[in-house]
Amino acid sequence: MLLFYVFALVAVVASLLVIAQRNPVYSVLLLIASFGALSGLYVLLDAPFAAVIQIVVYAGAILVLFLFVVMLLNAPHEDTDEDLLRLKTINAATSRLRGGPMLFGVALASLFIVELLWALNRVTGAGRFDPAAADSVSSVAAIGRVLFTDYRFAFEVTSVLILVAMVGAVVLARREEAAPAPPARK
Amino acid sequence: MNAVLIAEIVILGFVFHALLISAAAMVWVERKVAAWLQQRLGPILVGPAGLLQPFADIIKLIFKEELRPAAADKWLFYLAPAISATCSFAAFAVVPFGGETTFMGLLDRPVKLQVADVNVAVLVIFAIASMSVYGIVLAGWASNSKYSLLGALRSSAQMISYELSYGMALASVLVMANSLSLTDIVNAQEGAWLGVLPRWFVVLNPVGFLIFFTAGIAETNRAPFDFPEAEQELVAGYHTEYSSMSFALFFQAEYVNMVTVSAVATDLFLGGWHTPLIPAAIGWFGFLLKISFLLFFYVWMRWTLPRYRYDQLMAFGWKVLLPVSVLNLLFVSAWVLYFGF
Repeated sequence: MLLFYVFALVAVVASLLVIAQRNPVYSVLLLIASFGALSGLYVLLDAPFAAVIQIVVYAGAILVLFLFVVMLLNAPHEDTDEDLLRLKTINAATSRLRGGPMLFGVALASLFIVELLWALNRVTGAGRFDPAAADSVSSVAAIGRVLFTDYRFAFEVTSVLILVAMVGAVVLARREEAAPAPPARK
Repeated sequence: MNAVLIAEIVILGFVFHALLISAAAMVWVERKVAAWLQQRLGPILVGPAGLLQPFADIIKLIFKEELRPAAADKWLFYLAPAISATCSFAAFAVVPFGGETTFMGLLDRPVKLQVADVNVAVLVIFAIASMSVYGIVLAGWASNSKYSLLGALRSSAQMISYELSYGMALASVLVMANSLSLTDIVNAQEGAWLGVLPRWFVVLNPVGFLIFFTAGIAETNRAPFDFPEAEQELVAGYHTEYSSMSFALFFQAEYVNMVTVSAVATDLFLGGWHTPLIPAAIGWFGFLLKISFLLFFYVWMRWTLPRYRYDQLMAFGWKVLLPVSVLNLLFVSAWVLYFGF
C-alpha cells in the first residue's frame, strides 16, 4: 500500500511538473519519470506485462523521439525575460484575442474536472480487485489470444493505421528529391 | 524462511559486486588481449601480470578533479552517468545464472541463482536496454559541446535502429521456448542429442544468435560499431566533457553492459547453465565459461575489425539485419508451428 502512494505521488507530481517546466528537455524527462511510476502501478496491479510494455513503448521508444525532436530543434526555454517583456507590451493589444482560447481552456478544464468527479463517484469499494480477472490480464498468452480473436478487427485496423502513418512519413521525408538534383560535386 | 531470505540478499550483494569486479577484470582483459594481438606486453607493472592495473586506474580517477563545462546543464550533466550505470546494473537483476540450489543443504528450500525471477524477464531486459539510451543522449545534450552532441545523436540513432533486430532475435527465441521467462528458456535447452551435441538454441537457430550478438555489439556501442565515441572524429564522443568518477561511471557502464549482453546471450542461445560434461550441481561454472568466451569474443572483435563508416552501419542495420531477422522470425515461427521443435 505504501508503494502505491509512492508511485502515485511520483506520477502526479511529475505530471504536474511536466507542464510547469520552462525547459522542454526537463519536461520530457519528467514525463518519463511519470511513465515509470505508472509502470510501477501496473506491477502493483499484478500486470507485469503491461508494466514492461509501458516502459518499452512509451519511455523507451516514443519519448526518445520526443527528446530527439526537442534537442534537434533546440527549442528555446519558454517565458524568458525577453518574452515576458514582449508579452507585456503586446498584452493590451491582444487581450481580446487571448480571451477566446482562455475561455475555451477554462471550459475544457471544468469539463474534465466534472468528468473526473463523476468517474470517482462511480468507483465503489466493493469488488474492485478480482484476482481471477487479474490473472487473465497478466498472462501474455491470454492477451495474445484475446487480441487475435475478440479484438482482431481493432488490431487489424490499428496495424493499417500505423502502416499508413509510416508510408506518410516516408513520402514526406522523400519529397524534396522530386526537385532537380544539385550538380554533382567535383 | 529466514535462511532463504538471507540467501537471496547474499545473492543480490554477490551479483552487484561480481558485476563491479567484472568491469575491472574486463578492463584488464581488454588491455592484455589488445596487447597480445599487437605483440605487446600490456600492463605488467602493477601487481602480478598487471592484474591490479584497473584498481590503480580507479584510484587515479577518484583523485582526479571533477570538471564541468560552464555552459553545461548542471542537473542533467550529473544525472546522465547515473542513468547509464543504473541501467547497466538493473538489467542483470532478471538474468538467472544457475539452477536451483540449496547451497549444499544449507537451506531447507532451494533458491534460484538470480536476483529477481520475473515471468516477463526477456521483456524487462529489452525495456532496460531501451532506457539506457537516455544516459548517452542526455550526456551529449547536457555537456553543451558539439562532439558530445554528435556522439549522442549517433548513439541514439544506432541504438534505435539495432533495437529492432535485437527484438526480432529475442522474439525468435521466445517462439521456440514458448515462454517469456529466462529460466524456462534455459530449461528448454536442457539435454543433448546423441549425448554430445547440446540442444542449445544456437544450434537450432544460428541466424538468430548471430543477429542477437551483432545487435548486442551495436547496443553496447563496441567496436566495430563504436560510433558514439569514434575518437578520430569526435574526440571521445558523448563523454568528451566528463572527467574523474563521472567518466568512470560511463566506462563501467559499458563493460557491465557487455557482461549483461553476454549473460543474456548465454541464457537465450547457449543453454545457460546446461552444459554437456559439466554436472548440474556446478552448472554456474559452465555459465561462467560461456560468458567468458563471449566477452573474449567482444575484445577479439574490437581489436580485429576496423570501425565501419556511419552510412554503412545504418545501411547494414536497416537493409540487411532487419530483413534477415524478420525472415528468421517468420521461418522459426513456421517451423515451430508445423514441425514443433
